[in-house]
Amino acid sequence: MGTNYIGQPQVRTDGRLKVTGQATYAGEFTARDLVYGYVVQSTIGRGRITSIDTSRVVAVPGVRKVFTHENLPEYLKRNSADYSDPLAPPGQPFRPLHDAEVLYNGQPIAVVFAETFEQARHAAALLWVEYAEEEVQPLLRQNLDGATREDVPDPPTARGDTDTAFAAAAHTIKVEYSQPRHFHNPMEPHATVAVYKEDGTLDIYDKIQGVASSQQYVCGVFGLDKKQVRVVSPFIGGAFGSGLRPQYQLFLAVLGATELKRPAQVTLTREQMFSFGHRPAQLQRFRVSTDAKGRLTSLDHTSFGETSRFEKYNETIVAWTGLMYDCENVKLDYQLVPVDAYTPNDMRAPGGVTGMWALESAMDEMANAAGLDPLAFRLLNYAERDQNEDKPFSSKALRECYQQCAERFGWKDRPTQPRSRQEGNELVGFGMATGAWEANQQKASARASFSADGQLTVGTATADIGTGTYTVMSQIAAETLGLPIDRVVFNLGDTDLPESPIEGGSWTVASVGSAVQSAVRMLSLRLLELAREYFPRRFKHAELGDVTFSDGFMQAWSSEPLELTGLLEKAGKEIVSVGVDHSPRKDRGDYSTYAHACVMVEVRVDRDLGNVRVERIVTAAAAGRIINPKTAENQILGAMVWGIGMALEEEGLVDHRSGRIMNANLAEYHVPVHADVQGLEAIFVEEHDEIVSALGAKGVGELGIVGVPAAIANAVYNATGVRVRELPITLDKLL
Amino acid sequence: MNNFSYQRAGSVAEASGVATEGGRIIAGGTNLVDLMKYRVENPEHLIDINRLALGEIEDGPDGGLRLGALVTNAATAYDERVKERYPVLAEAILSGASTQLRNMATNGGNLLQRTRCYYFYDTGSPCNKREPGSGCPAMEGQNRILAILGTSPLCIATHPSDMCVALAALDATVNVTGSGGDRRIPLADFHRLPGAHPERDTNLEAGDVVTSIDLPEAGFAGHSTYLKVRDRESYAFALVSVAACLELDGDTIKEVRVALGGVAAKPWRDPAAESRLVGKPATEESFRTLAEALLSGAQGHGHNDFKIPLAKRAIVRALTTARDNDSK
Repeated sequence: MGTNYIGQPQVRTDGRLKVTGQATYAGEFTARDLVYGYVVQSTIGRGRITSIDTSRVVAVPGVRKVFTHENLPEYLKRNSADYSDPLAPPGQPFRPLHDAEVLYNGQPIAVVFAETFEQARHAAALLWVEYAEEEVQPLLRQNLDGATREDVPDPPTARGDTDTAFAAAAHTIKVEYSQPRHFHNPMEPHATVAVYKEDGTLDIYDKIQGVASSQQYVCGVFGLDKKQVRVVSPFIGGAFGSGLRPQYQLFLAVLGATELKRPAQVTLTREQMFSFGHRPAQLQRFRVSTDAKGRLTSLDHTSFGETSRFEKYNETIVAWTGLMYDCENVKLDYQLVPVDAYTPNDMRAPGGVTGMWALESAMDEMANAAGLDPLAFRLLNYAERDQNEDKPFSSKALRECYQQCAERFGWKDRPTQPRSRQEGNELVGFGMATGAWEANQQKASARASFSADGQLTVGTATADIGTGTYTVMSQIAAETLGLPIDRVVFNLGDTDLPESPIEGGSWTVASVGSAVQSAVRMLSLRLLELAREYFPRRFKHAELGDVTFSDGFMQAWSSEPLELTGLLEKAGKEIVSVGVDHSPRKDRGDYSTYAHACVMVEVRVDRDLGNVRVERIVTAAAAGRIINPKTAENQILGAMVWGIGMALEEEGLVDHRSGRIMNANLAEYHVPVHADVQGLEAIFVEEHDEIVSALGAKGVGELGIVGVPAAIANAVYNATGVRVRELPITLDKLL
Repeated sequence: MNNFSYQRAGSVAEASGVATEGGRIIAGGTNLVDLMKYRVENPEHLIDINRLALGEIEDGPDGGLRLGALVTNAATAYDERVKERYPVLAEAILSGASTQLRNMATNGGNLLQRTRCYYFYDTGSPCNKREPGSGCPAMEGQNRILAILGTSPLCIATHPSDMCVALAALDATVNVTGSGGDRRIPLADFHRLPGAHPERDTNLEAGDVVTSIDLPEAGFAGHSTYLKVRDRESYAFALVSVAACLELDGDTIKEVRVALGGVAAKPWRDPAAESRLVGKPATEESFRTLAEALLSGAQGHGHNDFKIPLAKRAIVRALTTARDNDSK
């Protein structure tokens, strides 16, 4: 049949728009009389603004308004102004231009609106600010004394007695891992265009992973009703979590639009992309033990994560340690360390890649201490059940991932002794790690309509952050109604559409995909009802299960197929529409639902100079049913590249006295270049899982990065005999 | 960026005249325009020399090559004569920046690019090079990429060029036209160490226009290499780089040149230490002796301490590679 799309490597339905420049991103929307805003940032890390002189700024031709804390409209400062969003952690969300207080270096302290971007940028540089500076403590290690469990969700309950088990163990390790602050740099910077209309309503084009979040934020802050605020976000040039919470450019653009009564745009510069949200620096302590045979007898894991002084951003970091392996004695502790910085935010596999980089490094160290092959060690300690929650897994093909990955990679050729294989000047090493990510499903709604011209239109307010949402949803809709995919229009990113969860957590395919499938099924039922009425000879006794939808036709048993457009014509209908709300199945909570992966890496390390080359990475992933192998592979490959960056390159360099980010640009904040990326391969191990979602799909957006940093670190150890416990593994650590 | 006026130069003399009066010369603009956007440089007037007749590579005096100041880095690196006779220069150029930048950047501009010290680029931080007397936060701050040789208490910036490191090893000469006429400045004297005046990167005077670079006849095509050690495979400045040139008589060193990049405000050489190796066997032991000598005055500042052992190892590796690299 020609309309089977699920499981096929469908090319992106929006690909042509993107490569021809016709896809409109937030900052590209335009309107008559658009005014451009440029942000001015603080140059101190903590203190107060004592004076702020705008006289030279307003003298620049074209400048229309400068907003600072001194002229922010009073109503925005009132307690009733609610700056929170659906993902706000405990604390007081940052309020731009709220008062003279400087909370972190790079804080927006003014915005200049002018007729052109260049005028605004030039004028912004002329703002004169004086400060009363206070001592700045921007780093995690400077603030460890302030570590707290207040407002931190409890980690999974301890089990057994780690102290006794550790004391009695045959093999033990006690180690500490750390990682620096990582910054979001999707290709598209954050941008908002806010269009103020005469009736006081707003159309807002925002870079956001969930339009409802921006709507809630704008309504809360500016005291507007949902009906007055429409948020639109059709295309996103990468987000990776940076767009989960509304960012300050949204506030500033809406401020400009509502005060100037003109459309206003604020786009952040690349440097300003370093001024909000980041993956927090982390310090993790492990104490692990095994018996003489290498069975885990205790796992003790404490993590310290940085957060701001105004919000308690938290992640799931230590829970992985209690989940991944079979162990009777587990103790987990997670504390937050407030520092002088902006609140961290989610970055691809938040918490997961952080916790697993440390856990999987520790597992490698433990395997070495116990004298076992790292793969054999993991198989020996394989968890058949989620011991944190005491639940079975809905599906877990991790063992198959290990096997298939090992076979494809050639794990059996691993150098068994560290620093034992050399080719030319390069030391060769193999490393592996496990990856995992929670397979979540959220409630989602969708609307589906079939029109007389033969088009199926499906809509829901989800987002496509580059992952392929448009494509995958079109595939699901097309196959479900049996239509060629080019007759499907899928709409997203608009608060006028039915509600959808924020595009994050790798849950979109499972949540929104299941809702889309459900809506189109409901639509096909409506069509069957019409067919029963207008074509009773063929359909009177047919139930949905008796009818096949394919190639634009519906067919009951083996009777003559009926063209769907012909049905609408006969019924005299222009359009048939349905809307559904779709929820996860009720018994889903009885199971633990995760996607799993095995990552194997070969590295080459220069014997004298220390630089590391990642020769190849193979990932075998078990993520339920793969709807589109092409976009799914894109996700895993991209995540592996990022994993290389996290392992070897990425590091936000903070000046310890000022809190300034010293490498706030893409020349000096290193991410992998093409030459750093050699062989990458992704294998999917299919799972049949009816519990995880109606579609059987788990997510793949985050899974692919989780195991990569540890696998690389473990390969570096295998190559060199040097264990680097502090990311990134730069060459100076291997000299 | 501030507003500025712009004119196109019709002659070297005109460019020199305008530059004497405070105008900034612009050629490829790959560094200057960046610095203007960052407001590190705020020229009021630009004079564009791109149309001057300085865009040729031709035979130079004494059997060498003359590289026009306006020849792009890419055109220089891919020039058959350069590839054939001065492979160390071609390698060095191609290890730097990106394809797009090398297509725009000129040879004259490459000499004049400014340090990549984070604090120099950040107008929110003090910097003695950008604002003399304001202080040097790099000294106790993020200095992993900064200098270990020839520093002063005021500045530990490095010169970021790869090309200049090869030029230093080749004993190139820079031809300059200034208000007082034409001058020839040996590459070794072109860039300055920071001393008391870190704001001055070079020994050029106001109004000087770089017109060409002369390469002497000896190109060490038989035994040379450029080794760049950096944090990623491409588009990263050198932590340490080495231009190594050898002339051998069997296994004996007839001549050796080593220039280091990424370690000082200028390409670093020690001709006296080089000459001590003449007549010695071309062994790793000899190379180590030279490496120790070159780094003898090195001083780290914490994050960049590793550059001292790294530079020594890189020197030995580069010389070994050059020795074994028997292309002629």
